[in-house]
Amino acid sequence: MNEPIKFELNDNPVEFLPDGEKTLLTVLRTRFGLTGTKWGCRIGFCGACTVIIDGEPVRSCITPVEDISGKKVITIEGLTKDGVLHPLQNAFIRHEALQCGYCTSGMILNAYGLLLKNPEPTRQEIIEFMEGNLCRCGSYGRIIKAIQTAAIEMKGGVR
Amino acid sequence: MKKENKTVQKNADEVKSTIQFDRRDFLKHLGGGIIILFSAAEFPFLHGMAIPSEQRPQPDWNAYLLVGEDGRVSCFTGKIEMGQGVITSLAMELADELDVSLNNVDMVMGDTDLCPWDAGTWGSLTTRAFGPLLRAAGAEARAILLEMASISLKLPVDRLAVKDGVVYDMKKPSKKVTYAELTRGEKIVKTLSEKPPVKKPSEFNVMGKPVYKHDSLEKVTGKAKYSGDIQLPGMLYAKVLRPPAHGAKMKSLDTSRAERIEGVVMIKEDDLIAVLHENPDIADDALSQIRAEFESVPAEPNNETIFEHLVNSATDSDIVSQGGDVEEGRKISDLIVEKEYLDGYVAHAPIETHTATATMEGERIVIWASTQSPFGIRREVAETLNVPEQNVQVKQIFIGGGFGGKSPGRQVVEAARLTKLTGKPVQVAWTRREEFFYDTYRPAAVVKITSGMTNSGKVTLWDYKVYFAGARGSQHFFDVANHKTESLDSGSVEAHPFATGPWRAPGNNTNTFARESHIDIMAFKAGIDPLEFRLSNIKDERMVRVLKTVADKFGWTPSKAQSGRGYGLACGSDADTYVAHMAEVKVDKNTGHVQVIRVVCAQEMGLVVNPQGATLQVEGCITMGLGYALAEDISFEGGRIMTRNFDTYEIPKFSWTPEIEVVLVDAHDSPPHGGGEPPIICMGGVIANAIFDAVGARLYQLPMTPERILQAMKG
Repeated sequence: MNEPIKFELNDNPVEFLPDGEKTLLTVLRTRFGLTGTKWGCRIGFCGACTVIIDGEPVRSCITPVEDISGKKVITIEGLTKDGVLHPLQNAFIRHEALQCGYCTSGMILNAYGLLLKNPEPTRQEIIEFMEGNLCRCGSYGRIIKAIQTAAIEMKGGVR
Repeated sequence: MKKENKTVQKNADEVKSTIQFDRRDFLKHLGGGIIILFSAAEFPFLHGMAIPSEQRPQPDWNAYLLVGEDGRVSCFTGKIEMGQGVITSLAMELADELDVSLNNVDMVMGDTDLCPWDAGTWGSLTTRAFGPLLRAAGAEARAILLEMASISLKLPVDRLAVKDGVVYDMKKPSKKVTYAELTRGEKIVKTLSEKPPVKKPSEFNVMGKPVYKHDSLEKVTGKAKYSGDIQLPGMLYAKVLRPPAHGAKMKSLDTSRAERIEGVVMIKEDDLIAVLHENPDIADDALSQIRAEFESVPAEPNNETIFEHLVNSATDSDIVSQGGDVEEGRKISDLIVEKEYLDGYVAHAPIETHTATATMEGERIVIWASTQSPFGIRREVAETLNVPEQNVQVKQIFIGGGFGGKSPGRQVVEAARLTKLTGKPVQVAWTRREEFFYDTYRPAAVVKITSGMTNSGKVTLWDYKVYFAGARGSQHFFDVANHKTESLDSGSVEAHPFATGPWRAPGNNTNTFARESHIDIMAFKAGIDPLEFRLSNIKDERMVRVLKTVADKFGWTPSKAQSGRGYGLACGSDADTYVAHMAEVKVDKNTGHVQVIRVVCAQEMGLVVNPQGATLQVEGCITMGLGYALAEDISFEGGRIMTRNFDTYEIPKFSWTPEIEVVLVDAHDSPPHGGGEPPIICMGGVIANAIFDAVGARLYQLPMTPERILQAMKG
């Protein structure tokens, strides 16, 4: 028999009974309707599905469902608090660090994961940390600037 | 299949559109207001860009503009937004012509029920072909509103001015009437039949100033819905059985194990073998349980043999341009340079794969699809399912990148067939492997150039042949009397072992790489700085202007290649826009790895509607172009595609990002030209020339991989 899996999703305790779902990506999208998390490659290579688990950016497309039990998961939908955009979201808009927008959720969450660990990253540290997130429209230069701007605005205090 | 393109064209001509819009039907769902209907076909100033009459549906207008009773302005067009920013720039054009605030303009795009027919969004045509029409329609609506205001205010039109949708007396601004007040209770439908005067650039309030895109908020919050984000009650996720290679026929099929999985719906109809389940992961599982055997297909041609195969397959030839006599050119040349350039297959690789969600609403099929061609898709679905086009609706939805690859509608037809067969909503979302397999690649191509010059570096002969890439961008712009440009098998599909199609600036990337590499070789042989060599052989003023502009911005100082600095230059023209790029690269002599340090681009695109949007397109093109220049290459053996995911198909990454500087050359008195494609065309040539300048290695084949660079360095 399947056991319900309990975890924290965007600050709310949730549980669900797995019904053949294999990955966190599928659970987020089909069980919780959080479609802001996208898929691109399903092998953990493009970063479109990035979410935060216990403060670490992970690829939800290759995260087994069982592994989220008891964890804290943050998706793009959880980054806006009380209708106020996160400084990263603001910075992406202000720098126009997106075109088609499909990779954007993953970009923002991976950057969020970076700033949690390293609130004042250098340009080179940003590039190295973001290397596994792909953008076909070619917004990399603007994304780097957006992350720098957000880091400055948060002054080391990442929420 | 050699003639397939022509055959397809002929069929398209013969097909009588089943759609019979009644104009009243189409307009009745609109409330009151002023409606301007307009059609690209009726404007002589858009000659060559109009829809061919045989493809023109009824009614013969293909967009309309509504000034509603609330004073808001809405544009209904079949064009789509896929990240290129036209949802914003088109709204800017309307806001300016109608003197309303940008926030008061709504763009309704790509919904086949709400919008009139459109051919599709490609070819950098939205701003240069559709934009002028939209502006004219805006001007027409404004003129009607001024007439109405004149009656309402009892003042002559020339006493009136408009700001933010309020018409007022210039002598007594408190005497005023709003667009909303004027349109209330009215329903005026007018067809735009002549070209009304549009504003001069000096009168612009919105156009020409940078405006950020309108849809960013939805995209940074995850609220933007793409076609895979549509979730309907009872929806089934479909996985379709694919052959291991193009052209492989199925020998045997055993679906029994898959069918035993609880909740699986199995569809076997002709060539469509699909498993569906409410849970996408179980659908994946079920697909893996299908046992199917396919006949093997020839493993030829492959990445190595394709070029010889293409040249040998070529039969049709078009003369793109010619003048003088190439034999005479050969005679008067002091030096002949004869080279061949190769270009492999390149994928579009948008991060969003081809996806479609479809559902039945009574007799109607409603579709959300990642497509650049909603009306083409509608026809494809209607023909496949043998239903009237009115019974198919393709809805507006965000699109996760297109680049020319999202016009074919295979995934849409699959979703539509499956929803009809199962009676349930169905989503088809391709895996990355399916995306690489069914992509319509940029075709592999060969360019052969024989050129001649005098000892002093004057070009005296230009004999150019391009095989399979197409003629776009093949025209040279040198001041040379004896020349011939020939395009062989442009657009032919037969010789390729799989599908090919338009890829951002089709043909031009291949042609510009070849031409700009070749002209650099000539400059080197002449011992002349590559910029100086071009300037002394080019008379086209627009090209000279972008060359001088980019050199100034880059800080180019003359030196004959190979200078060791790693500086490169390339220029070209696409979609009536002129571009010149300069790049600085570093080449690791041990590994062959290229790091592009800096790229500067000067672009003359006529009137720039939204400088911010145009700049983003240049940056995007430069970044995307690094991929085809340095790494992207589909690996195949005949119809078998070995490239299956991003682990074996490297697209540009963060670490590749050069410093990018963009100069939009002021030419606002000219009509707007293309913006989404031109700045990508120089990326092969500019990097090839910079690599040569850095280490003396001349690359004749794209992509310029580390292995090829090391090989070229050995000479």
